[in-house]
Amino acid sequence: MVLECKHVWDHISGYLDGTLDAEVLEKVQKHLEHCEICSAILDSTRNILILTADERVFELPIGFSERLHARLETEMRDSESKSS
Amino acid sequence: MKADGENRDEAQMIASILGGNTQEFHALIQPYERSVYSMALSMLQNEADAEDAAQEAFLKAFRNLEKFRGEAKFSTWLISIMLNEARSRLRQKKTAKTDSLDELNEGGHVSPALLRDWREIPSEVLERQEVGHMLQVAITDLPPIYREVFVLRDIEDFSVNQSAEALGITVAAAKVRLHRARIMLQKRLAPELRRVMPKRRWLSWF
Repeated sequence: MVLECKHVWDHISGYLDGTLDAEVLEKVQKHLEHCEICSAILDSTRNILILTADERVFELPIGFSERLHARLETEMRDSESKSS
Repeated sequence: MKADGENRDEAQMIASILGGNTQEFHALIQPYERSVYSMALSMLQNEADAEDAAQEAFLKAFRNLEKFRGEAKFSTWLISIMLNEARSRLRQKKTAKTDSLDELNEGGHVSPALLRDWREIPSEVLERQEVGHMLQVAITDLPPIYREVFVLRDIEDFSVNQSAEALGITVAAAKVRLHRARIMLQKRLAPELRRVMPKRRWLSWF
């Protein structure tokens, strides 16, 4: 049975994660071989994931670590003085 | 997780911290600072709130460390504390956007944007702040249930199982939500990215 485009779209995420069943994977791959539209959708989705995974999208603000550890330090001192 | 927390004996570090070596907590959380902050920012959508909530989550993790049982990974536990913190802040402020109908109807069909030839995305694209900003906005605009799983899986590189565990949902639900999040982003971003990128690279889309 040949998959229609819209059915292939349902499997894009699983295809990218490599979690499709062998049977489905084969059908999707066959479809992709001849369907430019679905291949482009797959490529664009994959590329968007590559872009969003880049560390620069959600960057830590400057000084974040220093402020965090200073606050923790205060908390630790307080907890020690309470317990002692 | 991308961070280098994988090859450490975290159980041993935690035992040592609980034994009184509290300073070791700094090293324990260091690989996860960015993940926790990213989750806070994607949910609270404001840098100052996100930083404060992230600090609070780390403090809570410190205070409650003895409750960590080691059944989950420490990073998963940390993220679930962050999620609870962010959710309770959203409830208090009532600034949470009204969830869209999409969110209520998880079984519905999402369709991608149709376009041709997306094979080349040069990494220098991100040199352009515009693109980074565009991605951030698109991600923060996703309905929360999709945003959460997307941030964990595709930004912080959690496995699908680990994302599901941190969110307290089934693996099947995590997969469905992740799929919808990705297709929603593709649908929105593919045309937007094409607009800001050199025409040569983004051939006809229809």
